[in-house]
Amino acid sequence: MYKEITIDPITRLEGHGKIDIFLDDAGNVAHACLQIPELRGYERFAIGRLAEEMPRITETICGVCPTAHHMCSTKALDDLYGVEPPPAARKIREFQYNTFMFEDHNLHFYFLGGPDFIVGPDAPAGQRNVLGVIAKVGLEIGKKVIDIRKRTRNIIQTLGGRVVHPVNGLPGGVSKGITKEQQEEWKKIAEDAVEFAKFTLKAFDDIVLKNKAYVDLIVGDIYKHKTYYMGLVDDNNRVNFYDGWIRVVDPDGKEFAKFKVRDYLNHIAEGVESWTYIKFPYLKNVGWKGFVDGKDSGVYRVAPLGRLNASDGMATPIAQEHYEKFYATLGGKPVHNTLATHWARVIEAMQAAEKMVELINDPEIVDPKIRNMDFKTPKVGIGVIEAPRGTLYHHYETDEKGRLTKANLIVATVNNSAAINMSIEKAARNLIKNGVVNDGLLNMIEMAFRAYDPCFACATHNLPGQVPIEINIHNKDGEVIRTIKN
Amino acid sequence: MAKPKVALYWCASCGGCEEAVVDLAEDILKVVDAVDIILWPVAMDFKYKDIEAMPDKSILVSFINGSVRNSEQEHIVKLLRQKSQLVVAFGACAHLGGIPGLANVANRKEIFETAYKLTHTTVNPNNVYPQPVTEIPQGKLTLPEFYDTVKSLDQTIDVDYYLPGCAPPPDLIMKGVLTLLSGNLPPKGTVIASEKSLCETCPRNKTKPDKMVIKEIKRIHEVIADPEKCFLAEGIICVGPATRGGCGERCINANIPCRGCFGPTKEVIDQGAKFLSALASIIDANTEEEAKKITEQIIDPIGLFYMYSLPTSILRRKQGV
Repeated sequence: MYKEITIDPITRLEGHGKIDIFLDDAGNVAHACLQIPELRGYERFAIGRLAEEMPRITETICGVCPTAHHMCSTKALDDLYGVEPPPAARKIREFQYNTFMFEDHNLHFYFLGGPDFIVGPDAPAGQRNVLGVIAKVGLEIGKKVIDIRKRTRNIIQTLGGRVVHPVNGLPGGVSKGITKEQQEEWKKIAEDAVEFAKFTLKAFDDIVLKNKAYVDLIVGDIYKHKTYYMGLVDDNNRVNFYDGWIRVVDPDGKEFAKFKVRDYLNHIAEGVESWTYIKFPYLKNVGWKGFVDGKDSGVYRVAPLGRLNASDGMATPIAQEHYEKFYATLGGKPVHNTLATHWARVIEAMQAAEKMVELINDPEIVDPKIRNMDFKTPKVGIGVIEAPRGTLYHHYETDEKGRLTKANLIVATVNNSAAINMSIEKAARNLIKNGVVNDGLLNMIEMAFRAYDPCFACATHNLPGQVPIEINIHNKDGEVIRTIKN
Repeated sequence: MAKPKVALYWCASCGGCEEAVVDLAEDILKVVDAVDIILWPVAMDFKYKDIEAMPDKSILVSFINGSVRNSEQEHIVKLLRQKSQLVVAFGACAHLGGIPGLANVANRKEIFETAYKLTHTTVNPNNVYPQPVTEIPQGKLTLPEFYDTVKSLDQTIDVDYYLPGCAPPPDLIMKGVLTLLSGNLPPKGTVIASEKSLCETCPRNKTKPDKMVIKEIKRIHEVIADPEKCFLAEGIICVGPATRGGCGERCINANIPCRGCFGPTKEVIDQGAKFLSALASIIDANTEEEAKKITEQIIDPIGLFYMYSLPTSILRRKQGV
């Protein structure tokens, strides 16, 4: 007879997530999984809608990363109508997008992932949150975090109309340009963003990398999975958030595939399980072998660690320095340690900030020509972008009037769904032995999925930013014999 | 004296309403000072059973965002109703059903078939679909029941007030919170926003011609909209006349027309029908044939006129399914 441990609610993917752990007679983990108990059905109700409304409709999949959906959808429309945006429009989009990546990555680091390190993985639960971070690093820095969030979000609001669910993307361009006055104002914010990213990287270095216990935790086996990795790269195989080639490397770090988004159907497939509403993508050319590591398993990972592993470098100089240090410190490429995702994330925040500076200083960004309306008859449009949480695909098919007949969406976190399940199970197996369950389990499991910054952790940006967990331990008769809370 | 207890909860939503709360920035400290937040799943160590143990009506106000899509959400909102003096539908999904409410163009079976069978990348030869209960060797795994129909909050529980928007703007959130804390309560059912239509405060209103007529309907990607001119006067669908004001004209400032996330004004039951009647009155056609030619340019009235409000319209959902 198995004992069942239920962790419910952990927090959400557009609702909730639930972890179930089953113990065998000896008190060891027999099975563990993450269930996503919600579905909303965008791929069905997109049918019949007008293509040009999709950037506005699909972004409500996520109010934390609406800019990623909005931009990906807009790019799918470029493809659908066969138009290339004029240079100014392309640069405005990229500037808006990098601003969003910078803002979102910082939020994860300071509000959700970071507290485990900054305050400490075994600090009292009540302190492992952004308030604990402020207590540790000082109020002045806390204010700095709030201030940079506000200023960068104001840029997105000005360009996109709304910051939660922007509206400015159109096929072949954007609805509004950047004025010279705005350019001047935003140059300063972009430079401050670079300074802030430097500060964050230094904080990571001081607090995490100089602490042996933390480094041991990062490089240890509990949070390690040898998988394939996927990310967007430019022509020189450098990390690109907005566009490029989709590159996949194998668990040895060798290029396994490199393709344009139009070919994605040749590379990705998704499986269905009856116990969860989320699907499980895998590499079609390797195949689905279940929730297992290794070269024979089609499980791949995305998001910051996936992107760095899938690239040959960063696209900007300061980020590149840190990229080199990352691999030198962690023993070369690829890095398989899930917790290293946090480090990869702050390196990416630096690239986003440096990109902001580069783009806003480009004289062409204020060019008034922001639309290309040389549309072809629509039929199929496929877009890809790197959302903070990984590669995001939007695929639309329409009739000749641009009305949707079919849609396919692979949302960033979904790419990681198999790996997140594996990480939770591995952490549970490592921690629970002979029926001994202690409070440390909670945070160990939280850390296993939190590194992915999964979208069910919209918690990233809320005070105090802690995922509420309850574990009920049942005896063989199903009675609750113990409850543990964080 | 104990501070009033406040709960924040989400149903089927995207997290944008939660972001909007965080976008209060420094103002959030004022809120935290004034109230005792006893439930905020993403932020606080709450448990459902803690709420169950509270006396009825012991929460001053519950702010609930998201539409009601499954059995778990229905259960929790009913629990919160029982424990709260006031319930506020927070944001377009709770208020009107929101964009996820467009799922009412289909039923559960069609949604499942699309998601788990017909989509391009899905490989499902054994026709596996998520089930309420799955037996595994070690025991059972359960999932909440996915309903056929998306509902707004007031189609599931009694609602006292509404904070509209996708997401509500921070200034309006602050206004709503302060109003409720003041004890000087507005009449039940009040939507905490402007009483006027969006057009009345729209900065482009001054360019609206005395007699508005349109001969052609244009889609947003087919024209370069003049940033000064009324969208409708240019033939671009803008749901402003059928939409409540108070949003700060955020989309319009980005040179994109309104799609109605604030819902209809007070006297209107059906936002889409209201817009349709406004549109019919400005279509400039002399013959039936001409009128038909113009209206045929409206390809997706459900998506355009009911983008945020299908569950609360008189249509509600696809019939006969």
